[in-house]
Amino acid sequence: MPPADADRTVTPFPVGLWEQPQPSVPGEAADDAVQRIRVPASITYRYTPGAAPTRFLRGLAGKRILGEKDPVNGDVYVPPRGMSPIVGLPTTEQVELPDRGTLSAFCVVHIGFGVNAPPTPFVSALVLLDGAAVSLYGTLLEIPIEEVRIGMRVQAVWVDDDQLEPSFESIRYWKPLDEPDVAAELLKGHM
Amino acid sequence: MSGNRVAVVGVGQTKYAAVRGDVSLPGLLREAAYRALADAHLTMDDIDAIVVGKAPDFFEGVMMPEGYLAEALGAVGKPLFRVHTAGSVGGSTAIVAASHIQSGVHERVLTIGWEMQSCSEAMWALSFPLPFQQQLVAGAGGYFAPFIREYMRRSGAPDDIGILVALKDRLNALKNPYAHLHEPDITYDSVKESFMLWEPIRYSETCPSSDGAIALVLAGESAAEASAASSGVPPAWIHGTSMRSEPAMASGRDQVSPQASRDCAADVFSQAGITNPRQEIDVVEMYVPFSWYEPMWLESLGFADEGVGWKMTESGATQMTGDLPVNCSGGVLSTNPIGASGMIRFGEAAMQVRGQAGDHQIDGVRRALGHAYGGAAQFFAMWVVGSDKP
Repeated sequence: MPPADADRTVTPFPVGLWEQPQPSVPGEAADDAVQRIRVPASITYRYTPGAAPTRFLRGLAGKRILGEKDPVNGDVYVPPRGMSPIVGLPTTEQVELPDRGTLSAFCVVHIGFGVNAPPTPFVSALVLLDGAAVSLYGTLLEIPIEEVRIGMRVQAVWVDDDQLEPSFESIRYWKPLDEPDVAAELLKGHM
Repeated sequence: MSGNRVAVVGVGQTKYAAVRGDVSLPGLLREAAYRALADAHLTMDDIDAIVVGKAPDFFEGVMMPEGYLAEALGAVGKPLFRVHTAGSVGGSTAIVAASHIQSGVHERVLTIGWEMQSCSEAMWALSFPLPFQQQLVAGAGGYFAPFIREYMRRSGAPDDIGILVALKDRLNALKNPYAHLHEPDITYDSVKESFMLWEPIRYSETCPSSDGAIALVLAGESAAEASAASSGVPPAWIHGTSMRSEPAMASGRDQVSPQASRDCAADVFSQAGITNPRQEIDVVEMYVPFSWYEPMWLESLGFADEGVGWKMTESGATQMTGDLPVNCSGGVLSTNPIGASGMIRFGEAAMQVRGQAGDHQIDGVRRALGHAYGGAAQFFAMWVVGSDKP
C-alpha cells in the first residue's frame, strides 16, 4: 500500500502542482478572490419535430391523440417517434387513441420542479392510454393522494378550446374516472 | 474475455464535495489523473492514450470540454477520446479504455470520469419544460420513484428496506476519506424522519450532487507486472467487461429489472467463468443512486432470486460484515459526481482486489464486481476484476 495512504488522509498533491501566481496588480489581494458566480442563461431556437411527432402535435391542437403502429408487432406508440424501437422499422399507420387510460405507475412529488409543476405534494403519473403499448407522463389531480393506486382509470383534462396548441401543454392534467380498476399485472411491460 | 490481458495498476480520486471551488474543471481531472499515475509509479510520458467520460454536457453547462483537456492534462499529442452513455458513462469509459489494450493497439491507457455539478443545475437540466416533449416535472427521482414503488408492490418488501440501505452506505462512507457525505450522526430514525422528496424516496435515501473525478491507469500484461513490481501494489486483472443498452420507451420493457441489465450481468459473469455470483464474487460496488436500487439490482444481477433481494439487505448480507458486501465505499448514495460515479464503482472494485481500500477494505477479496447504469435505466456497464491473472 502506498505510504501516503497509511494514515487514511486524502493523499497530498505533487509539490508545486497547485501553486498560484501572485497577483500582478498592486492592492488586489488574492484572499478575497471571486470563486463562484451564478449566471442566468437562455437560448432561442427553431425546432423541427419530424414527421411523426408533427402529426402527433397537430393532433393535440385538435384535441386528438395520434399514436403510430409497429408494422410487425402491432404495438401502438404514443408519442410516436416514427419508428418501432423493437423492430427498427418505420411506423406508417396512425391510430387515434382515446383520451382515457389506466394509471400504470406513479410517485408522490413533494418538491417543486420547473415552471409547469403544480403545488406540492402532487402525483406524477404514468398513464397507459387504452390501445397504447407505452405510457405517457402526466400529473394526476382531483383525487386525495392516499387514494391513488396503480390500475386506477383516468381521463385527460384539456385546456379550453381557444388555448389548444400543437403542444403537450394542451393536456393540463389527468383526473380519475369512475370505472373498475385494471389488474396491476396486466400493466407490466407497459409502464 | 477475448484479447490481450489488461489490469488496473493505478487509481486516483479527488476529494468529493458539493462545491470544489478551489480547482477549475480541468484542474479536477488533473488532480485525479496525477494521483492515479503516482499510484501506478508511472508518469504522463508513459501513457499511450486517454479515454474520458462524463454525463451529457447540459448537466454541467460546459460544452465539449474534451477539446482542451489534452493540454490541461499535460498530454498534448496523445490520442484523447470521449465516451457518452449518460449515468453509466464512468463504467463504459473504463471499458472502452480497456479495449484499447485488449486490441493490442496500446500498452498503457489513462481513463478519467468526472462531473463538476456545481457548474450548473443538473436537476434543472433534467426538468426543463419543452412544449414539444413529454414533461416530467419532477427531476431524476421523479422518474425512478414509480419503478421503485412497482418493485415494492411486486416483492411485498417491508417499507423500511430503503432506510437500511441508506444507513449502511452512509455509515460505510465514514470509512472512506474521499466520500462527499460524512454524516457521523446518521441513524435509522434520522433517515426515516428526513423529508419525503419523491414518495417513497426520502431525502436521506437520495444521492448528493457532487464535484469530483476519478482516474484509472490500465496496462497490458507486461506493463502491469512492471508497474506492480515498482509500486508494490498488485494489479487488479480484468476478468470480464460488458455493456448493454435498450430503448427507454418500448412495449414489453420492464423498468424494474431491464432486459439489458440481466443480459449484461449474464455476459460479464460468463466471461469471468462465474456460475454462482453470490458465492464467487467477494464484494460489489453497485450503482445505487436511490436506496431501493440495492435490492432491485441484487435481483437483476443474479445475486438473489426475483422478489427476494430485499431479504439480503434486511439480513445484513450486504453490510461490510456480511457475505456479499455492497458499496463499502459509501456508494453513489454518499458521492455522486454523475460522470465519475460509474468509474468510482469500477475503481473501488479494483481497490478492493488490490488491497488498497484502507478502512473500508474487505479481507481477502479475490473477485469484485463494478456496476453502472444510466439514462432511463437503459444503459449498463459492468466489469469483474480479480487478483488472479485470467
